[in-house]
Amino acid sequence: MDGSATSTHKYVMGITVLICALSTVSLGRSADEQVDYGIGRPMSEQEIRAWNIDVSPNGDGLPPGQGTVKHGAQVYAGKCAACHGPTGTEGPKDKLVGGQNTLKTPKPVRTIGSYWPYATTLYDYINRAMPYNAPQSLTPDEVYSVIAWLLFQNQVIVEDAVIDAQTLPKVQMPNRDGFVSDPRPDVPNR
Amino acid sequence: MNDRPRTINRRHFLRHSASVLAFGASGLALRASGAGESKAVVDPMRVPGILPRPYGERSPFETQQRVGGAGPGAPHGWGANAPNNFNSLTPLQDLHGIITPSALHFERHHNGVPAIDPARHRLAVHGLVKRPLIFTVKELERLPSTSRIAFLECSGNTWDGWREAQDVTVQDIYGLTSTSEWTGVRLSTLLEAVGVRGEAKWMLAEGSDAAGLDRSVPLTEDVLNEAMICYGQNGEALRPEQGYPLRLVLPGFEGNINVKWLRRLKLGSDPFMTRWETAKYTDLLSDGKAYQFTLVMEAKSVITSPSGQQRIQPGFHEVSGLAWSGRGRVKSVDVSVDGGRTWRAAQLQEPVLSKCHTRFQFSWRWNGEEATLQSRCIDETGYTQPTREDLVKVRGTNSLYHYNAIQSWKVERDGRIRNIYA
Repeated sequence: MDGSATSTHKYVMGITVLICALSTVSLGRSADEQVDYGIGRPMSEQEIRAWNIDVSPNGDGLPPGQGTVKHGAQVYAGKCAACHGPTGTEGPKDKLVGGQNTLKTPKPVRTIGSYWPYATTLYDYINRAMPYNAPQSLTPDEVYSVIAWLLFQNQVIVEDAVIDAQTLPKVQMPNRDGFVSDPRPDVPNR
Repeated sequence: MNDRPRTINRRHFLRHSASVLAFGASGLALRASGAGESKAVVDPMRVPGILPRPYGERSPFETQQRVGGAGPGAPHGWGANAPNNFNSLTPLQDLHGIITPSALHFERHHNGVPAIDPARHRLAVHGLVKRPLIFTVKELERLPSTSRIAFLECSGNTWDGWREAQDVTVQDIYGLTSTSEWTGVRLSTLLEAVGVRGEAKWMLAEGSDAAGLDRSVPLTEDVLNEAMICYGQNGEALRPEQGYPLRLVLPGFEGNINVKWLRRLKLGSDPFMTRWETAKYTDLLSDGKAYQFTLVMEAKSVITSPSGQQRIQPGFHEVSGLAWSGRGRVKSVDVSVDGGRTWRAAQLQEPVLSKCHTRFQFSWRWNGEEATLQSRCIDETGYTQPTREDLVKVRGTNSLYHYNAIQSWKVERDGRIRNIYA
């Protein structure tokens, strides 16, 4: 939750590396220029706001509202535990909690705490896709709260932390540096 | 059995349409359907044929089906047993040429198949653009269009290859790859229409299914040249399972990023780091690090005939299979009948298209002794499909995704074909 400057720096560095590795090019003349086919309707700012539901690692897209571990425990027990287990470790669907120090073993357990590199991904995903039987039914406070509970269960934040649009992007995930950009082809030809 | 409704319909049709049909040719009974009814007349030259129908169906003698289940390696099932995070596998062992019939195209969904009215569907394009636009499907169909035959492969295809070898069919392990002719608007045409800002390097693609599946697409030269927003598949509208009414097609890229039921494209300066490109679809190595944005499907091949769980007789066999590469054309395919000790060039069947299934053939006379059939694909970049040993040496066995090692089919003395690692 601290050292936001450092984590931002790391983030920028990581993205730069990724972009270079993917050899992303600047857009060619054709894409940069605008061609008016007279087809398609301009979107208003208000309309874009309604469509624009994603959340970025820098916090873009996070709505007002806030969540606590305590409230999250209630939301989780009522709407998540049936699929993910009472403590997030049991399943039957994806295990969300635990798995620390298993990534190098023959049976890695990829959870939010052991594997996910960005905390903001939790908002993007839970808000759009969970609960499975009623996606997009949670309020922003409920989403923030269930995230707070999940991060606390994974020992990423303390119990009295408040999760909101300012604090969530600053959460440093344990496996933040666990990813390398695609180096393939990585298997030499015989 | 999922074919109960079809059986009822067929019986209904036969009863009401053709009392002149003669039944009872026991030698022509339908195989494997269990329907126990005859489908053919004794002498079709002596009985008027049935009437044509407005939308065609295959012969009732043809019973190839997808195998359905909940994710790679999970138990199989259809109907009430089918979970919403469903996948189904193409019966590669039964197909000819390179095109996969739309009805047999593999599926992978993350919360069911949405029922979408195309008249109400919209595609929004916004973010780092000069003029955000929203399109109806009809409007997209008015823009300049293009068609392309390309494979689509789930990066979880051959997921089982990372584990111990199981006695399975080619459909069971390779069925998450299919080839279609895709028709739609080039991404570059849409980007011209909105006027992309220079700082845009990535694009979020979002589906309108109950998973709201979202992926970050790097705006590389290949993507800008080849990406399509498609409404057509094999000459007709996309199937609902393939993203009706709109999907993104990124030839050569892993299936998941070819976002179905496409509702939104948002241009940005950085990747959006969605669940699908962080928690999933990343390749965990044995040192605990993971590859990210492994989008290209590397060269791969498999012999589809003969293949797993089939039984062959000694004598002549036209060995046949599929090869493909997400980096371009298949340059050549080698076949071995002795587990990779010696290799001979297979014949490639035209057309040989970039980022597309390519059919290969190899004439072989089986002498009744044990044999191990293998194929290896070499693509136009010179990349050679690796052995399993070489692949595992680099990636370990925790990756889950992007397994592309050489497949081995053991031919037992009794002609039974078995999946092995050789």
